[in-house]
Amino acid sequence: MSPAEQAHGDLKLSGLHKRYPNGFTAVKSLDLVIPQGSFFALLGPSGCGKTTTLRMVAGLETPTAGTIEIGANDITHEKPYKRPVNTVFQNYALFPHLTIAENVEFGPKRRGVKDTRSQVKEILELTELTEQAAKKPAQLSGGQQQRVALARALINRPEVLLLDEPLGALDLKLRRAMQMELKRIQEEVGLTFVHVTHDQEEAMTMADTVAVMNEGRIEQLGTPYDLYTNPRTTFVANFLGRSNLVKGTVLGREGSGDDEVVKVDMHGTVVSIKAGRVHTDSSEGWIGIRPEKVLIQPAGTPVDAPGGYFAGAVVTEASYMGTSTEYRLRMPWGQELICFEQNTGRRGGLVPVGTQVDVSWRPEFAFLLDSSQDAEAGLEED
Amino acid sequence: MASLQRVFGKNAAYLLIGPAAIWLALFFLFPMLSLLTTSLSDPAGNPITGYDLTWRIQNYLEALGDYWPYLLRSLLYAGIATVLCLVLGYVLAYAIAFKAGRWKTVMLVLVIAPFFTSFLVRTLSWKLILADNGWLVETLKALWILPEDGRLLATPIAVVAGLTYNFLPFMILPLYTSLEKIDPKLNEAAADLYASPFQRFAKVIWPLSLPGVVGGTLLTFIPATGDYINAELLGSPNTQMVGNKIQALFTTASDYPHASALSVILMVMIVAMVLYYVRKAGTEDLL
Repeated sequence: MSPAEQAHGDLKLSGLHKRYPNGFTAVKSLDLVIPQGSFFALLGPSGCGKTTTLRMVAGLETPTAGTIEIGANDITHEKPYKRPVNTVFQNYALFPHLTIAENVEFGPKRRGVKDTRSQVKEILELTELTEQAAKKPAQLSGGQQQRVALARALINRPEVLLLDEPLGALDLKLRRAMQMELKRIQEEVGLTFVHVTHDQEEAMTMADTVAVMNEGRIEQLGTPYDLYTNPRTTFVANFLGRSNLVKGTVLGREGSGDDEVVKVDMHGTVVSIKAGRVHTDSSEGWIGIRPEKVLIQPAGTPVDAPGGYFAGAVVTEASYMGTSTEYRLRMPWGQELICFEQNTGRRGGLVPVGTQVDVSWRPEFAFLLDSSQDAEAGLEED
Repeated sequence: MASLQRVFGKNAAYLLIGPAAIWLALFFLFPMLSLLTTSLSDPAGNPITGYDLTWRIQNYLEALGDYWPYLLRSLLYAGIATVLCLVLGYVLAYAIAFKAGRWKTVMLVLVIAPFFTSFLVRTLSWKLILADNGWLVETLKALWILPEDGRLLATPIAVVAGLTYNFLPFMILPLYTSLEKIDPKLNEAAADLYASPFQRFAKVIWPLSLPGVVGGTLLTFIPATGDYINAELLGSPNTQMVGNKIQALFTTASDYPHASALSVILMVMIVAMVLYYVRKAGTEDLL
């Protein structure tokens, strides 16, 4: 396929809207372009509209408004069996009465391919299922069934492959192995993968681009690195990893260009945040810092960070987790912050609970979010 | 199994099988043997003095030679009724399983509702519906579907209609059970894999519902073949089925040996057909 043709194969959702007859709006005017050949993840909690979006692309739900295009083709109202799209279903939905080989050749057969043998052989090799070809789905393990679902979809070489929580039914170890496997297969076949998941780690390790969805909208879209290091909303800051969010008052801007910073008063201490990491215009904001970026040092010893530090914090909890330790710190203003520290051995032990510590972080790691947003948004309730 | 043994002791299995085994021995095995011996006895006797077992194989040849049209008619009527039940029942069972939503339970109750009235009363009421001066015949005549001297009662149509009506629930229930077990996601998966609505039915829904199809057709065809009430009440002497003949031989003619021989022939025929059918449908697991 030539590069010019490839450029025409992007999946484009414009103003996609889904309102169910019971009044629930699952997807709210979604605009999204997924470049051809990319591994794209739709990440969000259950009920955020990610699966509904996927089902609309597959043709299993009808949008209330908006369009779905692949390249120059508008497929919004195309029947599901006429779309160049295939799905790997959450619980695989393998045909129980057919063998693995028959399951896999189901798509090509319906499209009128006469001799599917070489195609089936090739795809079974790619998914390491050659030995299982004559078995029925019920005779296979969960991981093997998952690969059958993948092979059954991939054999059709769809423009877009949709994966609906494909690894949700597998145990943790198998899930990790399958993540690598899926990534390898995607790179090998070079098709567009749209992966729906609620597992942030899964989305981050596999996808080139992640769209974080919440309540029918896309909160933020970007590479896993961008999303994690520079979240734009409290929801993203909390749903993707964890964040410390501290209230602050904006004082003003200094510098220009790349060096432009916003000065924020944080309970008496002035902190500087790079302008590109400031996502609010109001006079108040949430100063965000990731727990592993928080540095602590027992009071009186020098802190390994440029600029100032906060004195007067007390360690209230220390959870040792082998490679790292999670500290809870009570700040002078009463709030608790979290600090992850790698156990490099530099300290020669843990910081005991009750120790007075100085707290600091490198200013370039902080971000500023809108104070009108809920600081608890995106926290998993358990 | 281990816990059963604790409750019932070592011979748990025998104790559990016991009651049903005794029941079957008394009311199935013994009458069966009696039927077999009678079918091979000399027809010269009578029910009061009894029959002598003379291993008279001719009873079978005579029964077959004299009554084969009845056997054939039974198979034909029951076959047509079974096919009609399958077509009508499949559509309804499919609708209940996949489309009924919250009306599912109500619809299932309605399917079983006819059982609340006696089989005999329901068949007799069909006599009224199909009567020569009834509204149905009058309407069909008015629409030129039936000729001026046409009738429904006492025709094969009436017998087949009665059979179809009476055995429809026995078709619907196993079909529903089979269809209801099919994950609707399989239909979506087939749609996703380029199967048109017809192909989805032919390649996914139908094969997965086969156990219900086999179960339903057996539950309809077997009793319908041996049925005599519908032919008796809705038919004429020309539409008599093998059940009517057996009944007449037993009661009116008191010819027990030929009646028994005809019963055994019917039984063997049905068992042979069922075995062939089940093997053909690839659902031996059911037996």
